[in-house]
Amino acid sequence: MRPQNILIPVPAGLRCKPGGFHIDPVRPVERAVITHGHSDHARPGHGHVLATQETLDMMRLRYGDNFAGSTQAIAYGETVKLGDVTVSCHPAGHVLGSAQMAVTCKDICIVASGDYKDAHDPTCTPFEVVPCDVFITEATFGLPVFRHGNAADEVKKLLASVALFPERAHLVGAYSLGKAQRVIKLIREAGYDAPIYLHGAMEKITHYYQSRGIDLGELRPVKGVKKADLAGTITLAPPSATSDVWTRRFPDPVTAFASGWMRVRARARQRGVELPLVISDHADWDGLCATIGATGAGEIWVTHGQEDALVHWCQSKGLTARPLALVGYGDEEEEETLPPGESAEA
Amino acid sequence: MNRFAELLDRLTYEPRRNNKLRLITGYFREVSDPDRGYALAALTGALSFKHAKAGLIRDLIASRTDPVLFELSYDYVGDLSETVALMWPKAQDIVHNNPPPPTLTEVVTTLRTLGKAELPAQLTRWLDELDETGRWALLKLVTGAMRIGVSARLAKTAAAALGDKDPHDVELIWPGLASPYGELFAWLEGRAEKPVNRDPAPFRPVMLAHAIEDSDFANLDASDFVAEWKWDGIRIQAISGKGDDDRIVTRLYSRTGEDITGSFPDLTPSLRLPGAIDGELLVLREGRVQSFNVLQQRLNRKSVTPKLMKEYPIHLRAYDLLSDGETDLRELPFEQRRTKLERFITELDDDRIDLSDQIPFATWDALTAARADPVSAGAGEDADAVEGVMLKRRDSAYLPGRPKGQWWKWKRDPHIIDAVLMYAQRGHGKRSSYYSDYTFGVWTAGESGDQLVPVGKAYFGFTDEELLQIDRFVRRNTTEKFGPVRHVTHEPDKGLVLEVAFEGLARSPRHKSGVAMRFPRISRLRWDKPPREADRLETLERMLKAETTIAPPEPATP
Repeated sequence: MRPQNILIPVPAGLRCKPGGFHIDPVRPVERAVITHGHSDHARPGHGHVLATQETLDMMRLRYGDNFAGSTQAIAYGETVKLGDVTVSCHPAGHVLGSAQMAVTCKDICIVASGDYKDAHDPTCTPFEVVPCDVFITEATFGLPVFRHGNAADEVKKLLASVALFPERAHLVGAYSLGKAQRVIKLIREAGYDAPIYLHGAMEKITHYYQSRGIDLGELRPVKGVKKADLAGTITLAPPSATSDVWTRRFPDPVTAFASGWMRVRARARQRGVELPLVISDHADWDGLCATIGATGAGEIWVTHGQEDALVHWCQSKGLTARPLALVGYGDEEEEETLPPGESAEA
Repeated sequence: MNRFAELLDRLTYEPRRNNKLRLITGYFREVSDPDRGYALAALTGALSFKHAKAGLIRDLIASRTDPVLFELSYDYVGDLSETVALMWPKAQDIVHNNPPPPTLTEVVTTLRTLGKAELPAQLTRWLDELDETGRWALLKLVTGAMRIGVSARLAKTAAAALGDKDPHDVELIWPGLASPYGELFAWLEGRAEKPVNRDPAPFRPVMLAHAIEDSDFANLDASDFVAEWKWDGIRIQAISGKGDDDRIVTRLYSRTGEDITGSFPDLTPSLRLPGAIDGELLVLREGRVQSFNVLQQRLNRKSVTPKLMKEYPIHLRAYDLLSDGETDLRELPFEQRRTKLERFITELDDDRIDLSDQIPFATWDALTAARADPVSAGAGEDADAVEGVMLKRRDSAYLPGRPKGQWWKWKRDPHIIDAVLMYAQRGHGKRSSYYSDYTFGVWTAGESGDQLVPVGKAYFGFTDEELLQIDRFVRRNTTEKFGPVRHVTHEPDKGLVLEVAFEGLARSPRHKSGVAMRFPRISRLRWDKPPREADRLETLERMLKAETTIAPPEPATP
């Protein structure tokens, strides 16, 4: 059996014909296997969803109780049989509950890693290498210019700026699922224990993280706080809010943005960011290359991002590699838009 | 080096002057000698190396990386130094025995003595030892292309702030100092006396004028003042002094005290007599003053070619004398300085230096008439280069800064057109949530009837209240978004007309409309006016014809 007979890209997403399901489908399907809770991977309206408990909870928080016909939770290390294949679940280290799904049919194992990172993140289970024959990797930061460095050092930069400009508010743009909680946790690990303020759009998901036992210290909604009282404070907000009229409630805000894209100056400048923080929830170039090597896979399928460079690298290492033409996945930070009305009020 | 890199990194993202100052002052406070001194030298442009060329940097990266990956990366990042800094793979064999990254002092002192042949190996070592930001800063430093939005003046002001000193005081002693400026920092930190400026041709803090308002004239007596044309050039100080060996040392300074001597080797030989002239730098062709657009070809040039000097002959028009030989004249009344200036210029007797004529007038009405018609009031053929008139109190001493009531500038009325708002872009810093940068256009005949063509961009001139109004209008009338730019409704009957004031026009092949405005700003919001009634491109073309008609070539490197 060829790997293409097990998993094949179709308009709805990555289809597993012998298993009767799609992985991270972008259109409603009968059975979906979902790697993590970001909205480009986890969409509502499927007949049945298999995912980790955290991913299911996040979908419920975002889409309401009827986000799918039925659900089944799978734990890290657990294996289930679906049709002619078995699916096992392994931590992807991307956000809370994120998983790689290993699909085995006869003697071939394909790992769909979803989005992943191999860097330290105190808010989720660390990435685990799953040996396989075919590895499906993302390529969000698939260029050798993307090296993310130590996130803790970036947070030090933020805290140094807070100390340098005590009369200004610091606004940190961070994707509301995963990135924001990681940044808060890193700020706490750096010894900052003052209250941290939240944009309204972040409260629900952040409280969910806290309910899963992740200690984020004292968090307060920024709504209703007097402008003057926000001097010297840190507020987390969705990236799109940091250039919105919403920012006018802050005293002379310093705009920070936590993202792997901040490695490239032009990207940061284009967004009007004054304090770029290179903190990413995706593997950087070195992480992608190291992971590909560690899986022992002889064939690599590359999806969303800079496929060209990573495919070229794989081929130069003697691996079979091809870009997987999947549409509908993007960089969640670029996508995140606020529900109408929320930006001005939250 | 890493701390310096961190400073440069922060500065490139910081749009506001005061915050830049704090970042730089903070650096000077934290970092010790001589590193901070070399940083000050780098920021003031006082360091120059036999610059590593882009080709060398390309060779270095080619020896370390896959060419396909480099091209894809360069294509994505768009800046050579940055691409190399980001993708530089560290040598495998140094992983176990990491040498500490070089200090800024090491980098500067090594580069000063290093031969060309040794440069690649040395750069490679440093690139291995530094992190991404460090590599980026190193490459900026060695290639001499800092472009971080910090002027020499700003860096000196930041140094002055370290010791709560007046930046003018730093400026005054600056020409006598050399990197790494140990003496300067010792004085700023109160550990030593103020360094003495032994420079024979030091800069003097400049005296500036207030803009005059119509209502000011009622309180001013015309007989207390003399008037001169305000020339549309750049203000400079041309200073000659006797050095230790009795040789004449000549320097030209911008109004902020930056030494621009190197840009005008064709003017310095004319300054043969010791003295300090305050005057306007102009380009003269066959005795006629050229427009500012022409002069611009001589500004901010790294290399000055004989061709450039021939095509753009530089000239100094003198209007004040601050010292005559060794004698400081600044305490004298203006009238007496003027007499000495006239004698000084006569004695110099040089084609490249002349006197700025005074405008005879007895009443404000007479001066108003002269300002309205410089051609017949004495400016003659040079009238196009007249920006307005300057009023100076006969008894004014030469005081630094902008002392009240001494000197006034009375600019000619600006040109005005009505244009239509086409695109709006978010501002920076305090204005980052406001659409505060506006691209506006005027009508011209297109293939399918009249269409708007962009003619300029403005981001000031409006009040805070007007900014709020425009911002609201932009948000409610956006038809498309491109990143931070919004496309705003601009139809014949729907849109916002902006009254735009500007100082001059030039032909510009870089603009779609073919014209470029000088100093455009929003002077009024014309909510009352439908866009169809805004001005046409033909109006601008007529103005262009009326202006000086010599079209300057575009600079090769802007």
